Amino acid sequence: MSATEAIVRDTRTKRQVARDTRRNEAIAHKKLTSKGATIAAAIIAVFWTIPTFGLFVTSFRPGADTQSTGWWTAFTNPEFTFSNYVEALNAGGTSTTLATAFVNSLAITIPATVFPIVIAALAAYAFAWIDFKGRNMLFVFVFALQIVPLQMALVPLLSLFSEGLTINGVMIFPGLTLNDVEFSFARVWIAHAIFALPLATFMLHNFIAEIPGDIVEAARVDGAGHGQVFFRIILPLAMPAIASFAIFQFLWVWNDLLVATIFASPGALPITQALNSLSGTWGNRWFLQSAGTFISIIVPLIVFFALQRFFVRGLLAGATKG
Amino acid sequence: MSLLTVDEKDTAELPKTTHGVDAKGRRITQIVVTVGFLAVAAMLFLLIISAPVEDPARIALGPVSLNNFFLWMGALHPLVQIPVVLLVFGLVVGIVLVLIEYAPRPGRGYFIMRLVACLVIPVLALMLLRPYANAVLYVVAIALLSGALLFFADYRSRQGAGYLFQLILFMAPAAIMLLLGLIYPAISTFIKSFFDKTGDEFVGFENYVWVFTNPVGTWSVINTLIWALLAPTISVAFGLAYAVFIDRARGEKILKVLVFMPVAISFVGAGIIWKFMYDYRQGEQIGLLNAIVTMFGGDPVSWLAVKPLINTLMLLVVFIWTQTGFAMVILSAAIKAVPTEQLEAAELDGTNAWQRFWNVTVPGIRSSLIVVLTTITIASLKVYDIVAVMTGGRDDTTVLGFEMVNQQQRFQSYGHSSALAVVLFLFVLPLIIYNARSLSKQREIR
Repeated sequence: MSATEAIVRDTRTKRQVARDTRRNEAIAHKKLTSKGATIAAAIIAVFWTIPTFGLFVTSFRPGADTQSTGWWTAFTNPEFTFSNYVEALNAGGTSTTLATAFVNSLAITIPATVFPIVIAALAAYAFAWIDFKGRNMLFVFVFALQIVPLQMALVPLLSLFSEGLTINGVMIFPGLTLNDVEFSFARVWIAHAIFALPLATFMLHNFIAEIPGDIVEAARVDGAGHGQVFFRIILPLAMPAIASFAIFQFLWVWNDLLVATIFASPGALPITQALNSLSGTWGNRWFLQSAGTFISIIVPLIVFFALQRFFVRGLLAGATKG
Repeated sequence: MSLLTVDEKDTAELPKTTHGVDAKGRRITQIVVTVGFLAVAAMLFLLIISAPVEDPARIALGPVSLNNFFLWMGALHPLVQIPVVLLVFGLVVGIVLVLIEYAPRPGRGYFIMRLVACLVIPVLALMLLRPYANAVLYVVAIALLSGALLFFADYRSRQGAGYLFQLILFMAPAAIMLLLGLIYPAISTFIKSFFDKTGDEFVGFENYVWVFTNPVGTWSVINTLIWALLAPTISVAFGLAYAVFIDRARGEKILKVLVFMPVAISFVGAGIIWKFMYDYRQGEQIGLLNAIVTMFGGDPVSWLAVKPLINTLMLLVVFIWTQTGFAMVILSAAIKAVPTEQLEAAELDGTNAWQRFWNVTVPGIRSSLIVVLTTITIASLKVYDIVAVMTGGRDDTTVLGFEMVNQQQRFQSYGHSSALAVVLFLFVLPLIIYNARSLSKQREIR
């Protein structure tokens, strides 16, 4: 009996402690926050959302209405339609419809996310786990390559792709004849992969270097070479970092306009480029522009809402450590 | 000299050769590598000074070349291309990993594998690039020689045979891409900035003079400076204030998502969203901003055409709108890491909220603040999309990042474009130097 009593008493004290903690926390909480701050935050949040929300409402309003009245009148005079989206998808841009450009964007983005991450992971592993002379200096140099603004590399890289490399009349690399190939994404993939490398190497290295050395050494003693250690130990362990960087790279490539403008062949333009050229020809037809915009941001928004937990965590792994 | 002096019993340890361990062996290795390096350099030099050949014939390696592969890919449906290219890429990476795994193992078979790989990979890589008839002999010779050199250096390496080979396989893909895609282009742009429009005639600093005297050039410099000064400070200030406001507030998650959402929206999308906000017309307004202005009895304003600077500020608003969420999320996490005890202790000392924030929170999140400030500053220096979408650089809204592409694409003026890119580079330089220095300091401590 006394044992049971003791247990009962024990649970009671535990509950009591938990209750007290909760109450103390609540008090501390109240002291450190103010109602005013919450209200201010809510107001800012509303202001931040209004622009997107306004365009979202417009994208569902009949064309004639959007031309003459503001989107806010839709609350008093609700009338909605899907036809804007259908029309926008089939609208022709410079040489592709928005629907084709959407598919192009997928074809550009997925490989352009995978390539730099794998290549950067290889380099990051070497920087972290293979000892060689000048390792630290070389690593800082790779990090510092972010110094080179994209804009500075665009033109020479383009001529390297199209005209090749000629040294004093001797052609070493004749270039790629991909200008008129309809769905050629090669140049965009390569360019995106190159431009992502410095940051990807830096971020993945930060993570890979933190993996306990004991694990790697144990595997080495068991006879695994660097290839196995990399593929069977480092890659699986680094998955959180790889996943979060992949989300970022995906968003950057999907949202990119500059690289695609320069490197994509006319049939392979992504949706950002198509939307940009269409918004010129659509002029004041806001019902089309708004629908087109929402078609272009639907994928990043899905990625964002589905994966934002990892997104934030991954951001911190790379950013606050740096 | 026996080729197989590797101790077979040592497999559990890191494999080691006896070569190159003693002073004499190392000296011989050094001499051979130096001579080999000189030979490669001499051949490259010969290649460069040899007379140019008109209309060179193409050497094909059957139908197999990088170009042909990409041509074949280009004919496929975009969605089919994704798995195909990923499969090919995976295959190449797989081969690299297998080579890495087996390279350092002792034994005749692995020795031969290493030798073959050292000789074949460079030659194959060059053939894939379709070298031209007059270059092919040199190029193959250089590839073979450097392969042999690599093999020799690797075989005599102090860390054991296969060590250098592994290291190079790990680093080569990234190194080649960075070399060809960033380092070579940066140097080339720098050189081009001293040549005229077409890149034929040396003009000294003329392009730079153009940047700082022509209205287009000066406006791009002025606007870029405005962007780099205002965008990071305002978005970090907003982001920090918001992070403090929502800290431990009710519905924190939703409030966070609402402000963070623009981060996921492209600048093109954001540009169109805000163009709609700024929309200007006669009569009934459909743009929210002008609707508010007319509601208070004002005249509608064509926001993106108001010179000077008002329109640039309007573009800045879009950028700040997208970046504040980014700053907020990072700073919010940093604020959560500030110990509550410190805040409570400060409160017991009778400080008010503002003093607590300034003296406890801000010092606690200093490093995060610096990271966020640098990141956003660099992003604002390189800005292109917003200007391209919203104004196309009209009415003095151009910035370096945009004008550089504009000069190249619309005016075909490579000199001006390169000079603008170099000026942009000079603006980014100090920020990265600062970060690289603090990075190398950190690594020394580690």
